[in-house]
Amino acid sequence: MSVIAGHLGYWVTIFLMVAGLYMLIARTNLLKKLVGLAILQSSVYLLYIAPGKLIGGTAPIIADGFAVYSNPLPHVLILTAIVVGVATLALGLALVVRIREAYGSIEEDEILEQED
Amino acid sequence: MPDHLPALQVVLPLVAAPLIVLVRHRGFAWLATTAVSYTCLVISILLASRVASGGAISYAIGSWEPPWGIEYRVDALSAFVLVLVSLTASFVAPYAHRSLAAEVRPERHYVVYAMYCLCLAGLLGITITGDAFNLFVFLEIASLAMYVLIALGTRRKALVAAYQYMLMGTVGATFYVIGVGLLYLMTGTLNLADMAERLRTVDEVRPVLAALAFITVGIGLKLALFPLHQWLPNAYAYAPSMVTAFLAATATKVSVYVLLRFYFGVFDPSALYGPLHTREVFIALSVAAMITASLVALYEQDVKRLFAWSSVAQIGYITLGIGLANQAGLTGSIVHLLNHGVTKGAIFVLLGGLALRGAGAPVTMAGLAGLGQRMPLTAFGLVIAGLSLVGVPGTAGFISKWYLITGALERGQWWLAAVIVGASIIAAAYVWRVVEAVYLRPAPAGAPAAGEAPSGMLAAALGMVILCVYFGIETSFSVGGARDAALLLLGGGR
Repeated sequence: MSVIAGHLGYWVTIFLMVAGLYMLIARTNLLKKLVGLAILQSSVYLLYIAPGKLIGGTAPIIADGFAVYSNPLPHVLILTAIVVGVATLALGLALVVRIREAYGSIEEDEILEQED
Repeated sequence: MPDHLPALQVVLPLVAAPLIVLVRHRGFAWLATTAVSYTCLVISILLASRVASGGAISYAIGSWEPPWGIEYRVDALSAFVLVLVSLTASFVAPYAHRSLAAEVRPERHYVVYAMYCLCLAGLLGITITGDAFNLFVFLEIASLAMYVLIALGTRRKALVAAYQYMLMGTVGATFYVIGVGLLYLMTGTLNLADMAERLRTVDEVRPVLAALAFITVGIGLKLALFPLHQWLPNAYAYAPSMVTAFLAATATKVSVYVLLRFYFGVFDPSALYGPLHTREVFIALSVAAMITASLVALYEQDVKRLFAWSSVAQIGYITLGIGLANQAGLTGSIVHLLNHGVTKGAIFVLLGGLALRGAGAPVTMAGLAGLGQRMPLTAFGLVIAGLSLVGVPGTAGFISKWYLITGALERGQWWLAAVIVGASIIAAAYVWRVVEAVYLRPAPAGAPAAGEAPSGMLAAALGMVILCVYFGIETSFSVGGARDAALLLLGGGR
């Protein structure tokens, strides 16, 4: 039981990672692929954030009566990673819009069927 | 001022990009990009010479000392790759002016230059940084700029190519950051040198092995390691010519650098190459890349795609050195980063001139017919660069293959030497197809009139062709730098 309860964050991370990756590979709709990509990236956020949190930990400020604090560095890193993820997603959506304008479809197989 | 060279190397192109977007003027954008590229080249050469004389340079960003702050670290390997990237940039930037005029709508030119500067900043940043997470950010800066650059190609297939590259590239970067996350959990540091030190005392091996796997696959996607190369041929074929030239010469090479850095700078090579069979895996994948990609190139009709497939094969040569993991093999690998970068850069720059003369239509095998009469200098350049691709003595390609074969023989794997020669023979066959079309077939009716590409483009192209020969004869910089870098990776150099 402790394998599941003690590592809940990791199990959720792994689930999101695999679900996102599966969606990315198995779907043929370009938008759904991007949804998969977003889920895959979210799993990374969790991978960094979850171990940074200590139960009962405070913000890393020196004050009387508090000895345990959560590591703030993962939060800062993931703030950056979220920005990168948003930029990637925005670019991906923009590309899908352009592909739809050029091909009239966002289904991968229909696009690949069209010559040139 | 000289103390801040490592920061300037990255900051200059990074600042130039928004400036270009603000000014929105085509001429200014080109001038700024060219100036920045040349300045970057000067800075990288200065850094390389300082590293050669005084050892590795460590620069603390914002004066936050490593391992707490972000460290920029220039050693023999990163200095070598910095020179490669900025050298290519300084050939491609001046050439871009005329090349883009034929392929991209004029009002979009400033976007190309801005993305080009961002891409340059990203690639230089990846190379110079000593911080694993900072490396990820630069990786994404460079990649996002690349996706945009590829999508700006003339044909609508460019959009699909950019989309596919974006998916695979982002999965690669995400895998990399998962790997770094696991390493961070185990060591509590992001500084690469510090991480290497602390990994030696980590008892729990499994997360470290998982990190190794994630980083290998992630960076493998970025460097088009066989069989993760599916994005590459389309991305190279449908991007604008200057973009292809720049990407082919730098993007995959910088990813190889990241892999080298992690394999020899962070993980413990003895664990890596001992029970894990990393050596065998890399050799097998490299051999598969060298043979299969060369065979595909043999039957390709689109010339840009032909050379894109050839790039997949050449990356196989580079990763072969990682599999050999001895002094000669790694020297061959690292020197092939430069030699192949220069060779492929020259070829794609020349093909850009062809595309310009053909009014932007795709360059096919049939379109090459009679080129020897129509564009003699371009045709001659293509042949010389092609010879370098094959690895004929006197060209750059020969030097790297010589070291790779030496490395294979030192390992006692003579069959690998035979494979290297065999793959080179297939390369000779597809280069011969180009030579035959160029010199032995008459020009078809309705071919563009005789005449070279504009002189500015031709100068850049021939400059790179001359480098192909130069690095084949005078090897003190290329092999000397690569040998120092290999020594450093195997421990014992600076």
